[in-house]
Amino acid sequence: MKNGVGVAQNIVLFGGTSEIGQAILDKVVKPGVSRLVLVSRDIDTSTSMTQKIAEAHPDIDIHHVRFDAGDAASLSHVVSEVVSEIGDIDVAIIAQGLLNEGVDNYANPEALIEMANVNFTGTMVLMYALAARMKSQGYGKIVLLSSVAGARVRKANAAYGATKAGIDGFALALDHDLQGTGVSVLVVRPGFVTTKMTQGMKKAPFSTDPQSVADLTAKAIASNKTVVWAPGILQWMFLVLKALPQSVWRRLPL
Amino acid sequence: MVMQQLSGWGRTAWTVADVVHSTDPGQIAHTLQTVGERGAIARGLGRSYGAAAQNAGGVVLELTSEHDPLGIDAILDPITGTLDVASSVSLDSILRMCVPRGWFVPVTPGTRFVTVGGAIASDVHGKNHHFDGSFGQHVSSLTLMLSSGEIVELSPHSRPDWFWATVGGMGLTGVILRATISMLPIESSKVRVETERLPHFDAVCEAMSTEGDDGDYRYSVCWVDLLATGSSMGRGVLTRGDHAKRSDVSDDEPLAYDPRLRISAPGWVPNGLLNKWSIKAFNEAWFRKAPSKRHVGMESIPAFFHPLDGVNKWNRLYGSQGFIQYQFIVPLNRTDVLRKVIETFSAAGVASFLAVLKRMGPQNPAPMSFPTEGWTLTLDIAAGIKGLAELLSRVDAMVLDAGGRHYLAKDSHVSPSAVRRGYPRLEEWMNVQHQMDISGMWRSDLARRLGLIDSRRNS
Ligand SMILES: Cc1cc2nc3c(=O)[nH]c(=O)nc-3n(C[C@H](O)[C@H](O)[C@H](O)COP(=O)(O)OP(=O)(O)OC[C@H]3O[C@@H](n4cnc5c(N)ncnc54)[C@H](O)[C@@H]3O)c2cc1C
Repeated sequence: MKNGVGVAQNIVLFGGTSEIGQAILDKVVKPGVSRLVLVSRDIDTSTSMTQKIAEAHPDIDIHHVRFDAGDAASLSHVVSEVVSEIGDIDVAIIAQGLLNEGVDNYANPEALIEMANVNFTGTMVLMYALAARMKSQGYGKIVLLSSVAGARVRKANAAYGATKAGIDGFALALDHDLQGTGVSVLVVRPGFVTTKMTQGMKKAPFSTDPQSVADLTAKAIASNKTVVWAPGILQWMFLVLKALPQSVWRRLPL
Repeated sequence: MVMQQLSGWGRTAWTVADVVHSTDPGQIAHTLQTVGERGAIARGLGRSYGAAAQNAGGVVLELTSEHDPLGIDAILDPITGTLDVASSVSLDSILRMCVPRGWFVPVTPGTRFVTVGGAIASDVHGKNHHFDGSFGQHVSSLTLMLSSGEIVELSPHSRPDWFWATVGGMGLTGVILRATISMLPIESSKVRVETERLPHFDAVCEAMSTEGDDGDYRYSVCWVDLLATGSSMGRGVLTRGDHAKRSDVSDDEPLAYDPRLRISAPGWVPNGLLNKWSIKAFNEAWFRKAPSKRHVGMESIPAFFHPLDGVNKWNRLYGSQGFIQYQFIVPLNRTDVLRKVIETFSAAGVASFLAVLKRMGPQNPAPMSFPTEGWTLTLDIAAGIKGLAELLSRVDAMVLDAGGRHYLAKDSHVSPSAVRRGYPRLEEWMNVQHQMDISGMWRSDLARRLGLIDSRRNS
């Protein structure tokens, strides 16, 4: 159950080893939280990453569930598994994602399919499963880590950007569909975030870090926003970028 | 099926439920047959602050009768003052009906817009707790519908364990359908009130502790200024009184009663309107308004008992994020904890408009009834304040370490372990609850959060 001071009792993180996901947990774990579930491919890593939370909040019940998000079809079973462990899911944070940095997409159909499965297909299946459960609960919040890469897809990360554009559009429409059910979706659109996933990559302008993204996300969870940009200025930047005619957009050094 | 978003009076933690409005036992029993695994809970006028009367994803049985074309379903025995009343009837309706005939409700909370069902389920207390106890002590019998649809008659003499589990049982033992209440005879509709300004917290405790003093007044409560610091920390305005005698009032109609609503709060209010500065200004004015020397005056029933009811929907003044009410009790000898709590809130810059201190009398037999002998402090806090969860959990620990507890009708944040520490008879109550609700139907958002219903039934 959520309480009256904005604290959710049961929180689930999909993509349990994600740095941004962990940073969000650090912000939303407060007195009042009872159960945490981390779903990831690598539960040893997710276990060690939650060490600090476990020490600071010994009374929180922390579960780790192994799951490969590439296996899109069975993501709905994961939701039932989580529910049987902890009961109601108050907040679900979806931070799973692949970037395929350095992969030659022209020559690697398998890698493309896997990325699309994790970022788009699997996440969509997961979000429907979560939404169905939360509708029956009469409340709940799904937080989707999207990306500015999906706001206007550029050639440098065409495939990744397209998966984000797809899931972002889906999430907004799902939120619309859920109106009146007590369930809502929050779409988080970070810019370039310095994490291990982006290590060695050239920093884009208005880059940010996991803590700042987490801060904005935690605030947005407590409010009834549907979209949050991190940093906030990106919202205005993309208002302009999205309006540019193709000919100008293609000439930008992005 | 009407899916509807519900919250408590604090307008936080909204959830959606299938709300069924009915006061007809046949129809309620019929609805119970359709209830699924998310269960059902009764709701009155939704004046509990948190999530006691809502049930996410389940059924909410709304038992209110404010606009019942058949009028008020209540019968007053004019000789004995015994009132046989439907649970859906509000104290507001009862007062309109009974005050002109010389009878007053035995206990009233700070608002008259509560139902009899809600008053019993929360075992509400008023300014007379030290004198008259809480609401359940004036209920001579009640009719309850169990989850099976069976209707049982309960009283302190027949099935006392079921009766007392229902008093203060937060709706989790069944649907209260009717009750018999012993009313209080009054000679006038005026209250003789003594008002006194007290310069600091010690003076407040002192004035309210002296046995032969506070004990002599039927009603007693003190408003405390939580923002005053230094030597005026904890200053307050103490009001005490009793119903005026016939001879005290000059009126031709000593029992005239007119509780009309005065103003309405606007529908949309910016967040943060009630902030530290606006509240400080309000508190200063309120304190200054009170006479510096003890002053005796006559007040109407609405002015003395229900001043907040003068502003319709005042709970919207806190904006979209809503507010919580923090009410706890600590034993009589722990004024040190009260002081520490006030200092903690004040140091954290938490402003509360209208903090109220009351000395409570002895506990009744109900295992989950809130009042015990001690001090209870109640404050409103805007829910959006940064760091509130952490701050409250620190204060919770102070309260619990002192042997205190929190009031469930007001609660919107305490942890499952806090209720277990605060209510040592919880286990005993859960056993009785289990006997009464074999199918495990009753559940509310409050019960889910606090684990008041047994963990076997975990949905
Ligand atoms: C301005 C204000 C001042 C207040 N002052 C005080 C005070 O001084 N002292 C005090 O004790 N309380 C006080 N309260 C709290 C209030 O008295 C209680 O929360 C009361 O229970 C509200 O009654 P309700 O009809 O609105 O019930 P709801 O809030 O709708 O429900 C409260 C509980 O009662 C149960 N319930 C309701 N009807 C039934 C029924 N027919 N059968 C079984 N269970 C039922 C619900 O399931 C729920 O658990 C105050 C509240 C406000 C808003």
